[in-house]
Amino acid sequence: MTKTRFMASAAALTAALSLGMSSLASAADTIKVGILHSLSGTMAISETTLKDTMLMLIDEQNKKGGLLGKQLEPVVVDPASNWPLFAEKARELLEKDKVAAVFGCWTSVSRKSVLPVFEELNGLLFYPVQYEGEESSKNVFYTGAAPNQQAIPAVDYLMNDLGVKRWVLAGTDYVYPRTTNKILEAYLKAKGVADADIMINYTPFGHSDWQSIVSDIKKFGSAGKKTAVVSTINGDANVPFYKELGNQGISSEDIPVVAFSVGEEELSGIDTKPLVGHLAAWNYFMSVDTPENESFIDTWHTFIKNDDRVTNDPMEAHYIGFNLWVKAVEKAGSTDTDKVAAAIIGLETPNLTGGKAVMLKNHHITKPVLIGEIQDDGQFAVVSETDAEVPGDAWSDFLPGSKDITADWTPPISCGNYNSVTKTCSGQNY
Amino acid sequence: MPTRCLPSALSALRLCLIAGLTFIVVVPLAQAGPAELEQGVELIQTNDYKAVEQGVALVAASGDPRARDLLAALQDSKLYLRKEDGQLFIGARGEAGYDLVDPLTETAAGTAAKRDLKPIRINNRLRSQLRTAVATLNLTHPDASVRLTAVNEMLDRVDADSLALLRDLAGEEKNAQVREGMTAAIALADLQAEEPARRIEALDQLEGNLHPAVQGGIQRLLSQEQDAEVRATGERLLEAIQFKRDLYGFAETLFFGLSLGSVLVLAAIGLAITFGVMGVINMAHGELIMLGAYTTYIVQQLMPGHIGLALFLAIPAAFVVSGAVGILIERGVIRFLYGRPLETLLATFGISLILQQLVRTLISPQNVPVANPDWMSGSWQINSVLSLTMNRMYIIAFCLIVFTALYLVMRKTQLGLQVRAVSQNRAMARAMGVRSARVDALTFGLGSGIAGVAGVALSQLTNVGPNLGQSYIIDSFMVVVFGGVGNLWGTLVAGMSLGVVNKILEPWAGAVLAKILVLVFIILFIQKRPRGLFPQKGRAAEG
Amino acid sequence: MRLGTLHLDRGGQIFLALLTLTTILVPILNLAVPADSPMHVSTFTVTLLGKYLTYALLAIAVDLVWGYLGILSLGHGAFFALGGYAMGMYLMRQIGDRGVYGNPELPDFMVFLNWQELPWFWHGFDMFWFAALMVMLVPGVLAFVFGWLTFRSRVTGVYLSIITQALTYALMLAFFRNEMGFGGNNGLTDFKDLLGFDLQSDVTRIGLFIASALAVAGGYLACRTIVTSKLGRVTVAIRDAESRTRFIGYRVERFKLWVFTFSAVLAGIAGALYVPQVGIINPGEFSPINSIEIVVWVAIGGRATLYGAVLGALLVNYGKTYLTGVMPDAWLFALGGLFVLVTLFLPYGIAGLLRRKETTA
Repeated sequence: MTKTRFMASAAALTAALSLGMSSLASAADTIKVGILHSLSGTMAISETTLKDTMLMLIDEQNKKGGLLGKQLEPVVVDPASNWPLFAEKARELLEKDKVAAVFGCWTSVSRKSVLPVFEELNGLLFYPVQYEGEESSKNVFYTGAAPNQQAIPAVDYLMNDLGVKRWVLAGTDYVYPRTTNKILEAYLKAKGVADADIMINYTPFGHSDWQSIVSDIKKFGSAGKKTAVVSTINGDANVPFYKELGNQGISSEDIPVVAFSVGEEELSGIDTKPLVGHLAAWNYFMSVDTPENESFIDTWHTFIKNDDRVTNDPMEAHYIGFNLWVKAVEKAGSTDTDKVAAAIIGLETPNLTGGKAVMLKNHHITKPVLIGEIQDDGQFAVVSETDAEVPGDAWSDFLPGSKDITADWTPPISCGNYNSVTKTCSGQNY
Repeated sequence: MPTRCLPSALSALRLCLIAGLTFIVVVPLAQAGPAELEQGVELIQTNDYKAVEQGVALVAASGDPRARDLLAALQDSKLYLRKEDGQLFIGARGEAGYDLVDPLTETAAGTAAKRDLKPIRINNRLRSQLRTAVATLNLTHPDASVRLTAVNEMLDRVDADSLALLRDLAGEEKNAQVREGMTAAIALADLQAEEPARRIEALDQLEGNLHPAVQGGIQRLLSQEQDAEVRATGERLLEAIQFKRDLYGFAETLFFGLSLGSVLVLAAIGLAITFGVMGVINMAHGELIMLGAYTTYIVQQLMPGHIGLALFLAIPAAFVVSGAVGILIERGVIRFLYGRPLETLLATFGISLILQQLVRTLISPQNVPVANPDWMSGSWQINSVLSLTMNRMYIIAFCLIVFTALYLVMRKTQLGLQVRAVSQNRAMARAMGVRSARVDALTFGLGSGIAGVAGVALSQLTNVGPNLGQSYIIDSFMVVVFGGVGNLWGTLVAGMSLGVVNKILEPWAGAVLAKILVLVFIILFIQKRPRGLFPQKGRAAEG
Repeated sequence: MRLGTLHLDRGGQIFLALLTLTTILVPILNLAVPADSPMHVSTFTVTLLGKYLTYALLAIAVDLVWGYLGILSLGHGAFFALGGYAMGMYLMRQIGDRGVYGNPELPDFMVFLNWQELPWFWHGFDMFWFAALMVMLVPGVLAFVFGWLTFRSRVTGVYLSIITQALTYALMLAFFRNEMGFGGNNGLTDFKDLLGFDLQSDVTRIGLFIASALAVAGGYLACRTIVTSKLGRVTVAIRDAESRTRFIGYRVERFKLWVFTFSAVLAGIAGALYVPQVGIINPGEFSPINSIEIVVWVAIGGRATLYGAVLGALLVNYGKTYLTGVMPDAWLFALGGLFVLVTLFLPYGIAGLLRRKETTA
């Protein structure tokens, strides 16, 4: 017994010592790529897939001969859905592991948490999830949708094609739904929708008891005008929400729900019967029939060794982000942050759904917007599509505070929040 | 705009022609026949929503007896094209793949695997069209209950054609309820009549009808009504409707509260045993619930096609799985910690981390889909305003059954007696010959097993994923403590009342604030009664 | 006084000596030793150590009430987070017009939610002394009110633990609400400087590290003073036999109240030092799981020794940092396993191990 105790304390001592001996020893013959996605905690449900996607993309690139004649080496860490830990892990990746670029984050708060670290240590972050906008950092490339690439086309579709007159904006109480709903409210009012025809509702994370809210929606929708729900409800809370809709007899023809956070991955965890006919707006659907998409899905199935796994929008965003980074590194001939950041602007790479993604001056990309209806096999059937790719807008034109702000990372402006009226650049740390 | 034609089939040219034609030719309602049906069926097979719409209209208007089954199948996404020959079938999931029926000859056509079939996809616009079409066809269905559903479906989507049909049918209808529905539908359409007198007459007929379509119809009427008398009648009706709706709304809130309460009780009742009776602060309780939910998933995977039966079998299976894990935890860890109750918190917290990660590693970090049997979905329509969802009713019933069973075990069995004896005075119980170690293991197993059973119930309501347990553990502790540690009745009353209070607060405070208020209420309540609703009495209670 | 405090406290003496050594060595190794030398301590490590030290102070606060007063608080994370928010509000106001919208008065998230003016409770936080006062006052007053109600009603044991949990849970939900005016889920971020020092510079980080170390030392000595004083002996008596102590004539609830409040203030200070080092404070810090984790640190380190709490906090958090990097898919197994094994084989935590050695030697 005493021996075990001695061993335990010895182990503790060595651990404590090795803390001091950090850093150093990074092999020069590989290029390190950081993967910063939660593998435990609440966000593991969504983020684990993205970690696997990155491993697959890196693997594929290495099969093609790597980058600049070197192999790519993934560095995976687990920030455990803990926001301060995200910042710590980002620092570890940049300072200790000296990675060339980081692909990661899902929630807005995790991005906000690592942002100062990337700006201080001048790293590169590729952020793959649709988000609220109102940000453009020198060190971050946003490969997910900005609100104008998802929410507004979806509302247009509901208004013009389905004749929706009354709107429920339901969301989880955090910054993405708040912003999206503010933008949508302003947009709807500009289109002549009265205050009384807009209902806004916020619920906490992981809300599971939707009885009262769904009943309210039902009452709101029985006023004789076509009603739709625009849902920015976050991940986990969706399943009980849709189940309750189904059970209270609200079908997609009565009150369609268009969601911005429900994709193939979320649907694969649900019995989709009650959801059929509800809508989602994304920039990618697994069901889109293109050769690129088919080969991407095949590669994914082979890599993950499971033919039932689905692909989704953030995966495509990583695919685009990774390809753009590879092209930029090749163009710059180096993995140096400043050189890559300068080279990447204007580069383009094919989307999986056809067309091209172009990295814009504001560090956002162009994306097609697809509206899909949920089918009973958990896939989406595209019912509407924008004619051309929509350029991502970092600062919304529908918010009073950000109307005059633009982002442009090319000289002479080189600023993420440039006020075009006062001609000043504010909020920069460098 | 010309129809977009997709050169997908050999007969593309012909289909295009038909599609083009039907835009010009208005389909006559009366004299239609099998030819229209076949034409419509051709159109339905195209890959173009607009053409399918035309096809559905043709089929619906054909008056052919085969039309109803065909459209109903399309509505339920049960129409398939066989890939090898492009033929259209109605498919139903059978034991060996899909059983096919030819919709035109209405004869069985063998079976096919899913991958050999291509489903005909529909969109919302089509779904809406199909619903009206099927409802119209169902108005003449021999079964009165089908007619009733059909007429209720149609209430707010009556057009000129169906209005004429309804007027014809209403005269002949024998079933009083269906006739009433038809009259209401006609009256609703009459609200748009030219003469104010007819509008008032229509309003009179709608009096007392609580269907949302009626309320919507009257509201629409009022928004543009000029005539004072009609306005007054309409407003009076709306007020009456509103009063009744509020009344039923309150009943609904109460039901919501009880069902939320049942969920809380189910989640907490296992803890009431392990924590309440044994004094073990079991932080892994949530994970035991999670294991129960995963057991449901696995049982369903093992027997595909028998969702309902699998659910029933999952109840004992979950009890055994979670119970066994519980006994393992008790034998392996907790039994060394009796007398150090607070340290059980530490150890079980570690176990909960391990169990979560175990599920992530062994099964998947993603949520897994657990299917609901058909009888769990839908709702019990009491009247047009008040409907109680089936799954919630089953949950309330299930909660009461579990509670009763557990109560009987604790009160009426040898084990229950021994458990109570050991929890009240361990030394004395041992002296009386109770094998306290065995009792401890069994009690912990019982509490854990009940947690597993709760997991089966929760799998029907919410996500089944590695985080399932985390979302219930805090609430569970809250319920047990609020009710009074060591008292099963306390847990029941506490869970139910917290659920109801939460739901009553929710409409005016919002979901988040309601929850905060409930928590503050618990904190203040404990000040008033420091040992919960039903405090344990006697010497043993003094710590 | 100091000697008396540390008398017979071998663990404490060793701990303070090590702490002093680290506090002197780390800045030198970071600033004076060139970056390519193997002896160099990176800024990453310094920040990490600073963060651990704030956790250590928090653990001391919990050990004071749990180890010496017998109150298992599952809500100490709330006091930590409140202190953090008070500091965060000061740091937000320091941003001034350097926010993305360039508003000289309102923080970015308020501009963004269309708020026209600063809410009343944000006034005064532009002054450091006021913020520093609030860091102690807000957790202190909350603990005082909560404790006054609770101890007077003689709520004890698990009931007390669970309502402290309810407290932090309610606060978490409240802070998640955007209407509260604390930045909702995103919390407060994007800090620029503290008392004029740039938060991203190495010197500031070193400064914060030293401040944290001093706070831990101060907190330790203060708690040690309390537990070795007559007050301390009463608290231990309350822990071991509350009713008896009351019957002897002590006003039990008063002792409890003051120690509990003091502990909350310590937790608040820890939170205030934590925020500038990690650069973010958000409602996640209120989550009940966090508070449980703090208790776990104390238990691992060894309850009722104070230095054990420090040891536990450092060890568990280092383990977390190390394992999430080395074995991202399986670190929970290791950590969970550690918790179970320590409880089973080291009933008095790691400090118990040292103490055992001491007595046998």
